[in-house]
Amino acid sequence: MSVTAAPAIGTFNPRDLLRAQVKWRHLETLFWLATLLPFLVAPSYLVLGSQIAIAALFALSLDLIVGYSGLVSLGHAAFFGFGAYTAGLLAKAGWGEPITGLMAAAIAAMVLGYLTSFIIVRISHFALIMVTLGLCLLLYEVANKAHWLTGGDDGLQGVRMWPLLDMFRFDLYGRTAYAYSLVVLFGSFLILRRLINSPFGLSLRGIRENARRMPAIGSPSSNRIRTVYIISGTFAGIAGGLLAQTTEFVALDALSFQRSAEILVMLVLGGAGRLYGGLVGALIFIVARDQLADMNPQYWYFWLGLLLIAVIVFLPNGILGGCARLLARWRRRA
Amino acid sequence: MSTPALATRALDKNFASLVVARGIEISLPKGARHALIGPNGAGKTTLINLITGMVRPDGGQILLDGDDITGLEPAARVKRGLVRTFQINTLFPNLSALEAVTLAVCERRGEAGTWWRSLPTYNAAIEEAYGILATLMLAADCERPTRQLAYGQQRLLEIALALAARPKVLLLDEPAAGVPKDESGELFKAVAGISSDITVLFIEHDMELVFRFATRIIVMVSGAILVEGTPAEIAANQRVRDVYLGQAHHG
Repeated sequence: MSVTAAPAIGTFNPRDLLRAQVKWRHLETLFWLATLLPFLVAPSYLVLGSQIAIAALFALSLDLIVGYSGLVSLGHAAFFGFGAYTAGLLAKAGWGEPITGLMAAAIAAMVLGYLTSFIIVRISHFALIMVTLGLCLLLYEVANKAHWLTGGDDGLQGVRMWPLLDMFRFDLYGRTAYAYSLVVLFGSFLILRRLINSPFGLSLRGIRENARRMPAIGSPSSNRIRTVYIISGTFAGIAGGLLAQTTEFVALDALSFQRSAEILVMLVLGGAGRLYGGLVGALIFIVARDQLADMNPQYWYFWLGLLLIAVIVFLPNGILGGCARLLARWRRRA
Repeated sequence: MSTPALATRALDKNFASLVVARGIEISLPKGARHALIGPNGAGKTTLINLITGMVRPDGGQILLDGDDITGLEPAARVKRGLVRTFQINTLFPNLSALEAVTLAVCERRGEAGTWWRSLPTYNAAIEEAYGILATLMLAADCERPTRQLAYGQQRLLEIALALAARPKVLLLDEPAAGVPKDESGELFKAVAGISSDITVLFIEHDMELVFRFATRIIVMVSGAILVEGTPAEIAANQRVRDVYLGQAHHG
């Protein structure tokens, strides 16, 4: 041992200090129970709910890169769209089984992540923004050109899904779609929550906090970056696959720059690096778009811009970051 | 003679026309306490960057325990026991001290790539990290984010992160940099407490501390080694005196 033994610790165990952070909170149980409410109180919003769940999963996947590892991506829709086209094309070709189709989307996105990860680890900052954006634009134009395969800007028509588990048909009211999206979101969330609270998750935060120090503590950080990039891409692909399956359609804009930018906006609104930030951001963004677009379709981006500026200026850690600060202040007073 | 813990052979490095290392040859026996001194810009930190692989040499060799490590990545050198600290705090501002040192311990144990197990289950790693923090008097504040620690505590955390890698050779780049003179002795007590199995090379400007803690001193000037010797020899050396005292009358 290079250090003398620690002083007598007694009943105190230092791991309790770290356990507090990973503990499942009551608020979390409440949050997930609340996701079931739409079935009871707002059955006409289940289609919207499914869109929110899908965007939430997509934002969650981006949070691994942006919030936890401190990297940037302006092209995450590449994985989302790739997963969407994989699931959509598979169903169109005659294999409409949802779960295996979703796995195919995940694997396809994983392979795309693996291939592009070689470039990603070589660059950082501004160059990374440009390269991720470039990859996304490139795929968009490929999909646009391959009209025979993807339907180009008409979108991919003729996607027919089989009933989920051979029992639940994808109905018009979005009941199956919402339940399916929610289960996939929750399952993915549990996996990613574990990942964030693991030693690997800690090393990601280390990269975010000080990439320069990581090699000096013996961390092969470029391997870590590649791994998280591939995992993040995989979950984005699952989100894309879900969209294709639940809407039985793939629009070209699944691969668009706008999709990449919007998901980043949702994450930043909710609060990056807090696990629930993407979920809350997706909820607020999509509900607000739905409500505001009903009132005033042309001006939706005006309000979005205003909201974004207000959040960035007054709540630099997003809406959840602001809530956490309020809560801390309130606790101190109590 | 036994193999030196760390040695360099004819290490060269130029930044364009600026020579920052010229034919550097050092040799540290196991358990050494060597100080590296020299005026600002002599190339002391560059030498540490070269040895740890953060800067690639133009020529020469670096030997760790007799093995040529010149071609290894920085992280791979740390894995082999060659570890450094930084002159300017290079820490993880929003990680707590306990998290940061636990991360370093997990990296050493090869566990930091595991994503399917929860961190609190790594009891041994966490206790080891806590133990290191306790020996450096950081245990009481180990839960606070690094950015909230006092400057002197952050300097200690620099050392804690290095110790977590269980170094065989430890390169300390001005461990007391920025610490007020009356507190730097405290910091060097932590340095003095480092196990004698670990070979230490440290950069320091305060001659009092150098003479107190070093068994040998290496003097660098303009990218080259001027002289090496025991503190007594260095104190008596006319060329060293010229460099330190006589910059005005041209040494």
